[in-house]
Amino acid sequence: MGQGAGMIEVRGLTKRYGATLAVDGLSFDVQPGVVTGFLGPNGSGKSTTMRMILGQDMPDAGRATIGGRPYASLRWPLREVGAVLDAKAFHPGRSARAHLTALAASNAIARRRVGEVLAEVGLTSVASRRAGTFSLGMAQRLGIAAALLGDPGVLLLDEPVNGLDPDGVRWIRKLLRSLAGSGRTVLVSSHLISEMALTADRLIVIGRGRLLADTTVTELTARGHSLEDAFFALTEGSVQYR
Amino acid sequence: MSFGNVLAMEWIKLRSLRSTTWVLAAGMLVTAALGMVAGFNTRSVTGDPTSNVLSGVILGQVVVGVLGVLCVTSEYSSGLIRVTLAAVPRRRLVLAAKACAFGALALVAGEVAVFAAFLGGIAVLRPSVPHPALSDPTVLRAVALTGAYLGLVALMGVGVGILVRHSAAAVAILVGGLFVLPPIVGAAGHATGRFMPEMIVGNSLAAVNSVQGFNWSPWLELGITALYPAVLLTAGCIRLTRQDA
Repeated sequence: MGQGAGMIEVRGLTKRYGATLAVDGLSFDVQPGVVTGFLGPNGSGKSTTMRMILGQDMPDAGRATIGGRPYASLRWPLREVGAVLDAKAFHPGRSARAHLTALAASNAIARRRVGEVLAEVGLTSVASRRAGTFSLGMAQRLGIAAALLGDPGVLLLDEPVNGLDPDGVRWIRKLLRSLAGSGRTVLVSSHLISEMALTADRLIVIGRGRLLADTTVTELTARGHSLEDAFFALTEGSVQYR
Repeated sequence: MSFGNVLAMEWIKLRSLRSTTWVLAAGMLVTAALGMVAGFNTRSVTGDPTSNVLSGVILGQVVVGVLGVLCVTSEYSSGLIRVTLAAVPRRRLVLAAKACAFGALALVAGEVAVFAAFLGGIAVLRPSVPHPALSDPTVLRAVALTGAYLGLVALMGVGVGILVRHSAAAVAILVGGLFVLPPIVGAAGHATGRFMPEMIVGNSLAAVNSVQGFNWSPWLELGITALYPAVLLTAGCIRLTRQDA
């Protein structure tokens, strides 16, 4: 595993799109060694926050660091942080193997890692096929293969179980738990509460770009009857498009 | 992370798309084939056969320009750009590597295409027409600079792509800028042609006999042409580094 299994620190993060405040003074920490669920209704700012952590979108205020450093200043980002923001983020005409080989080259990652991660996500037999022919489930697996390429200590996954069949959902759950079990920092966003109840240890709940709860699954379920009830109690009033 | 790492990534991306290879090869073939057609049709004994057999670049430039656009905009349409920038957060490095990788590929392809067009076109010239030879420095310059022009148009494509981000809009701007703008601006007077890439290539770079209105050195005209990709890439770089991915 890569060294620098870093903590993700988000401090006063703010992002405005025109008149909309997408993320509003958000602060939280993501600890190594546990799976942290990032929960919130659609449009609550989860993806925007993740993009800012990864240096893709520039915050209007506040900062996000990984192991104490902003993402953009990491020397070999893929060896420290693996991310899946969008499952279909590859060229449809390129093979899975070529996609991963190109990424490996950018961060001077050994070629053999491409074969290893393809095997790990179960895409070896289709590695030479054009990735555009992949199902959503296979695309998710390719995204995860890319995230694992540099054997990073920190992983960020945006809605990784979307579009997966029950088998795939279970596979992701096991994978995330084993990654956290080996001391990595794992932040996984979802709007599926039941899935988070099974996967996550800690929960960060946001609504309308603001922090609603920074807690554990155990604590949150102790308050309500189920995690779902507790979630609705928390996010009541911050769901915009009901 | 060094420039070499990023260049390696962009190079693997380029050569791992079969469509890029085929479209580029087709563009080279058409450029050479048009050269032969033009050569065969050359009748004037006082004309400029070199310039004639190089006229296929008018289509060749569209191919390399559009490919240049697509090697950038396809990353935006698929979302791959976010993966690329996550791997290489130093955005200037990404753009520089893209421009170098595709620019170099297009330059080599362009030179091969124009030399093929020249040799093929000269081979089918009528016996009555003077036969230019590459041993003549002026002829060699005309062929080589025409190939270099294709490399520059490829960079214009990359520049428009990074600036505009949307495939259709970027292609329209590039093709419109190359073909539609010159006649409109040219209507204001002949003096403007020497600043228009598409006019420069036919009347200066590819020309052995000097053409009225293009009395500047072809090398200077190549420099003027190079300003276009330079400005576009600079503007694109500003957008890339200042705005959200």
